[in-house]
Amino acid sequence: MSNDIRVKNGLSINLKGAPENIVKKAPFPKTVSINPSDFHLITPKMVVKVGEKVSAGDVVFFSKKNPEIKFCSPVSGEILDIVRGAKRRILEILINCDEKQIAISHKISDFNKFSKNQILETLLNSGCWPFIKQRPYDIIADPTDNPKSIFISTLNTAPISADFEIVLNEQKKEFITGITALKKLTEGDLNICVEKNHNSFINEIDNVKIHNISGVHPAGNVGVQIHHIDPVNSGEKVWVVGAEDVALIGKLFLTGEYNPTRTIAVSGPPVKYPQYYKTIVGSSLSEIIKDAGIDTDLNLRYINGDVLTGRSVEKDNYLGFYNNTLSVLREGNQYRMFGWIPFINNAVPSIYKTSFSWLFPNKKYDLDTNLNGEERAFVVTGEMEDVFPMDIFPMQLLKECMSGNIEKMENLGIYEVAPEDFALIDYSSSSKIEAQKIIRDGLDLMISEVG
Amino acid sequence: MNIRQILDTVKKPFGKGEKFEKYAPAINAFDTFLFVPNHTTKHGAHIRDAVDLKRTMITVLIALLPALFYGIYNTGYQYYSQLGTAFSTMDAVIHGSLKIVPMIAVSYIVGLAIEFAFAIFRGHEVNEGYLVTGLLIPMIMPVDIPLWMVGVSVAFAVLIGKEAFGGTGMNILNPALTARAFAFFAYPTYMSGNKVWVSEASNVDGVSGETILGMLASGESSIPYDVSQMFYGVIPGSIAETSTFMVLIGALILIYTGVGSWRIMIGSVIGAAVTGLLFNLWGANELMSFNWFNHLIVGGFAFGVVFMATDPVSAAQTTKGKWIYGILVGLFCILIRVFNPAYPEGVMLAILLMNVFAPTIDHYVIEANIKRRVNRKIKSNLNVA
Repeated sequence: MSNDIRVKNGLSINLKGAPENIVKKAPFPKTVSINPSDFHLITPKMVVKVGEKVSAGDVVFFSKKNPEIKFCSPVSGEILDIVRGAKRRILEILINCDEKQIAISHKISDFNKFSKNQILETLLNSGCWPFIKQRPYDIIADPTDNPKSIFISTLNTAPISADFEIVLNEQKKEFITGITALKKLTEGDLNICVEKNHNSFINEIDNVKIHNISGVHPAGNVGVQIHHIDPVNSGEKVWVVGAEDVALIGKLFLTGEYNPTRTIAVSGPPVKYPQYYKTIVGSSLSEIIKDAGIDTDLNLRYINGDVLTGRSVEKDNYLGFYNNTLSVLREGNQYRMFGWIPFINNAVPSIYKTSFSWLFPNKKYDLDTNLNGEERAFVVTGEMEDVFPMDIFPMQLLKECMSGNIEKMENLGIYEVAPEDFALIDYSSSSKIEAQKIIRDGLDLMISEVG
Repeated sequence: MNIRQILDTVKKPFGKGEKFEKYAPAINAFDTFLFVPNHTTKHGAHIRDAVDLKRTMITVLIALLPALFYGIYNTGYQYYSQLGTAFSTMDAVIHGSLKIVPMIAVSYIVGLAIEFAFAIFRGHEVNEGYLVTGLLIPMIMPVDIPLWMVGVSVAFAVLIGKEAFGGTGMNILNPALTARAFAFFAYPTYMSGNKVWVSEASNVDGVSGETILGMLASGESSIPYDVSQMFYGVIPGSIAETSTFMVLIGALILIYTGVGSWRIMIGSVIGAAVTGLLFNLWGANELMSFNWFNHLIVGGFAFGVVFMATDPVSAAQTTKGKWIYGILVGLFCILIRVFNPAYPEGVMLAILLMNVFAPTIDHYVIEANIKRRVNRKIKSNLNVA
């Protein structure tokens, strides 16, 4: 049975530099990094030392709080450096890649006969577990939980982000295998959300629930889909897995090796050749940036992820663990004289009609990172609801998160939201409210107080 | 040197760790008025809409301009036509401007001085909200109110109505209406009666002038104005409230740009129209039998509903709440007009009353949402069991 969901409240932002349907193989990186900040609230406990040799799939560190959750090296090579910050917090682990890659092999004979525990064990030991995240809280799932359902979103509505149809094109078998494995982890449904009227191989998969999604961003956000299909009540857990991550899990069960390849879309207005690259999780960005024809002398912002939710990195940094998009924007650190006057600056799409941008619905925009104003108190009401397609009061929830009122946060639906669901509120708020940050802090408070 | 460089030089002593750091909000207010600052996104979304509170507030100001210009003209028109002397449009505009421009100046000077002082004292940037409030206050006053009363009312509204609650975004009551209500109760002789609504009415013998609602309240049944005069606003009244037509232009700007809540406006019109219609059927006094449609186009109803009831801070904040709030504003406005001859104009008190009840309305709308969530959980637990 398939369900149709249409998202009306939202905003699809048309940016220049959308990735073209070209997939290139990036050269194998010289160095890769594992960045613990990709794994929210995980405190790494190191297993290896600087100078030690590792194979692909060897454990690099595990979670201090939950030692079962292991993080493995994506390549074989030598630990180059463990970068530490204040209070010896681990910021980054750098690994020099060997020319000849070797991977440790996990024994997987016939996983179709595997029990739930065997699947769990394989995922945990191989380093694939961090691909599985949970709602509430948007953190890595706890393997001891019993999720009421699992969700996979295979559509991406964020501006100029990777199209999963292209990403999964050569990984169909792996994807289907991954689904079979994940299905064993829940007694509930395995839900796959697909774009409506797209005939993809996913529609043919058995034993799963397919949901047809249409509408504007954030229709592709898995949190929005969960809210409309099987909402998270307090005490319940739902697991979510990224579309390509399913294929990586599938690859593990097909080959017995942890080989986290990543297809990333390099996109953004300053990108000369916006296209896809096949590379490896954590690989250095500089080769890809050069190949995509980005002028690195310009003052640009590089973002691991899409322009609404990603994390900014330097051009000589590394690809993140989860993101399928590397977005590039011009830094907007310039003044604009009288830039606030209505109907003058029409170069920014808006939910308001205080500029003429709404006259050109198909225009592609070249936005920069200027804040376009200053942060103010909450004044205008109703604007957040316009870009928030859930039965939740976003402004009231934000205010309760700011005041740290746990009971109210719970009542207003904090368990159902993730920071990414508030990204468009960041974008469209006339008071320039940092909604994603407020929600992340609110979720962290819930984790520490309620758990 | 270009303007930017000059500004940067002027701003230097106000920078971090410099001598006048404390006064930075004041200079920043001027700077950000001239230039959208070079701040880039630090958290969250990397791109942002070009809308900010400056643009929102200026849009409201633009929407106010038709009513303001007409108010200036009408002030002169009422004065000269009552005197019975020949006059040109220019004469009327000059007379109106001489009366109204000083009021606007006093309102902005007093109000912004307090806003700047609080911004410096509390160490936050100057909020743009007063740009609208500062223009609204003179627009809803009778034309002959002494300037010092305007100043005192503004000070009361900003200090007690707004800053006492924590500043912009925190106030319960609409600041502009707080100023008017203050003046109304503190200086009633300048704010009501039949001698204040036309320029110089209390000084010049030939000039009198009562509002339509005032006439009705005192039991007169023959109104010397026809419907089109009421609609276009060639009638006595507070400065900018008289022309429903000009207010409608403003309403269209607010609704079209998405800055003003159409739900509140439509809700109020429905509430007032239905209440007016019901009283028409009853018809126990002149105000009850006053045609329901005329109720919508005389007095401050249109102006209040479009520019004051829609103030997002003091109105209801939820979508459903806005409908309820709007309908009740309309209902109470007519109710006060009809039942309380001391206050022939009900819209001010109706909005202030609903400002007080807006959080309660929102509370029940939000409780309903919470209840849905609780019920969903109970249902889900039943399914599991």
